[in-house]
Amino acid sequence: MDMLQAILAHPWFTPLLLTALIIGLFPLVAGYIVLVERKVLADMQVRLGPMRVGPHGLLQPIADALKLLLKEDIIPEESDKALFWFAPVISTFTALSAFCVIPFASGVYVADVNVGLLVISAMSSVGILGIVLGGWASNSHYSLLGALRSAAQLVSYEVALALALLSGVMAAGTLSMAGIVRAQQERHIWFIFDNYGLMLIPFVVYVISAVAETNRAPFDLPEAESELVAGFHTEYSGFRWALYFLAEYANIFVVSAVAVTLFLGGWLRPFPNVSWLELPFNYGFPALLFLLIGLGSLRLARKLTWRPHAIGMTGVGLFMILLAGVVLIPPVNAVVSSPFWFLIKVGGFVYLMIWLRGTFPRFRYDQLMNIGWKIMIPVALGAILLNAIVGMLRIS
Amino acid sequence: MLDTIFFYVFALLTIGGAIATITRRSAMHSALSLIVSLLGVAGLYLLQKAEFLFAVQIVLYIGGIMVLFLFVIMLVNLDQAAKERQFNRQWLLGLVASVLVGAQMVWMLNSAGVLSLPAAVPAPAATGPGNIEALADLLFREYLLPFEVASLLLLVAIVGSVMMAKKTS
Amino acid sequence: MPPIPLPTAVPLTYYLILSAILFALGVAGFLFRKSLITVFMSIELMLNAVNLTFVTFSYQHKQVDGHLFTFFVMVVAAAEAAVGLAIILTVFKNRGTLAVDEIDSLKL
Repeated sequence: MDMLQAILAHPWFTPLLLTALIIGLFPLVAGYIVLVERKVLADMQVRLGPMRVGPHGLLQPIADALKLLLKEDIIPEESDKALFWFAPVISTFTALSAFCVIPFASGVYVADVNVGLLVISAMSSVGILGIVLGGWASNSHYSLLGALRSAAQLVSYEVALALALLSGVMAAGTLSMAGIVRAQQERHIWFIFDNYGLMLIPFVVYVISAVAETNRAPFDLPEAESELVAGFHTEYSGFRWALYFLAEYANIFVVSAVAVTLFLGGWLRPFPNVSWLELPFNYGFPALLFLLIGLGSLRLARKLTWRPHAIGMTGVGLFMILLAGVVLIPPVNAVVSSPFWFLIKVGGFVYLMIWLRGTFPRFRYDQLMNIGWKIMIPVALGAILLNAIVGMLRIS
Repeated sequence: MLDTIFFYVFALLTIGGAIATITRRSAMHSALSLIVSLLGVAGLYLLQKAEFLFAVQIVLYIGGIMVLFLFVIMLVNLDQAAKERQFNRQWLLGLVASVLVGAQMVWMLNSAGVLSLPAAVPAPAATGPGNIEALADLLFREYLLPFEVASLLLLVAIVGSVMMAKKTS
Repeated sequence: MPPIPLPTAVPLTYYLILSAILFALGVAGFLFRKSLITVFMSIELMLNAVNLTFVTFSYQHKQVDGHLFTFFVMVVAAAEAAVGLAIILTVFKNRGTLAVDEIDSLKL
């Protein structure tokens, strides 16, 4: 018992546990983000999406993962073998490393360094190397062109992204991720609403640049199917391709987490300083959410004709209703409510990115560059100036 | 103990990367070795509590400058050059010169008494949690003029490269 | 959780020797290599050696001035890389080679 206490109280316990959880669970999470993406896109296009594997396609990610792991691993004859092997590792490694400074709740982070936000930007800029090298090492024209496009795009939008972040950093007065959330708690406001709503401008710039930075539609020119087959990962297959895939979804999660931390109050619930709202927001909302998901699943389960699927769906529904009950227990709620709010906001942001993908057509390359250099960067610079002036005036 | 190990790891990365940079045939491999070397230097910054420089080194050097290098290497076709002789005609003169530079540095370090410092300098106390505030204070007060000059230099560089890009197209 | 302290047990000398070696390697690459791009990379090596010395002394004297100099060196390196690489591209377009032996039209 003492031993257990000692282990739990050790300063390295939370970081190591979180690291293990992130590395172990994120591939699964990424798989389910993909499933959500496919389902949401299908819904937007009035289709059903994956339906066969598991009830309503709920086991599809596992089937996909198995398929990718069992596929033949093809290395092109004329490629630079060592680089070809190493490039996806860079991408995945940097994308997952960025997780180490993300605060999931108060005190729940791998590390709270005083340059947290810079570490994330550093990791994402090293991530570019994975794409560039992968494209070059494949020794294929499509890959090379995809890599060149990607490098130009990422370098361009990184500037706008960093400038948009700068406004938020100015409001917070710190680069530490946890410090930024604490600053919002002290100021009683999410930074997106700060400076009389002027912070909305950098937020919008951030959203657009983040979509471009993660190579997502409508900025997915590096892997534009109609022109470049698949861009930088044309020659990749099987497990290596899965690594790129994992990196892409990890990056999506990271940019969403940064947006949530910097602009949307991180792990704080809405109106974190109004104490009577604790009951509806910390207890009512999650319980109601899980309950509704559970009831919805039960309703879907009744319509399923194949018996195993119906049983599976009923199980999911009952589990969700059980979860709704569990979050109502006060000690559990105290632990769970902060990460719940963080993850639900990240989920909302990820949904927004899927929504954008389903809505906008792909930009042309010159349009992409024009948006980056002639609109995003000047707007972000102007927003910094405006927010600096307003922020200083308000303090004095 | 731990940071002694880290020092040797980063030093190995730095030196190994540097040696590979100047010896590899393919420009792409040279650039990659340089990235490894820069990462090693970034790690050494971290060991010396220069967290800000660590981040800037990675964002600016690896994410900016080295990506530019890779970009240019991909644009110019150097396959032929990689098969040819790698050293220029004055390599003998160069050898003499670099040996001289190395000898001079050893002599200078020695005459400044650095080499005969006691083996274990007592660990200097940390300058507090994070030195970014101190850095910013200094940058925007005492070093304001150099800061502005640096921004002017960047502007000139931007205009210069845009001009160059225009002329060639 | 307080940050885990990292006391240095590695003497200052090691850092200085390391950066001296790095600088010498940069010089060697600069003087030996034929390809313009590799020559350019050797310059980056030398700049980094100098930066490392700045940071080392800064750490030893417990002042952050050295960090600022490093910062300025990095800014200059960025400007230099932008212009230098643009020049390299132009040279390659006009001459079709990046060998420093052959780019000698300024020679008498």
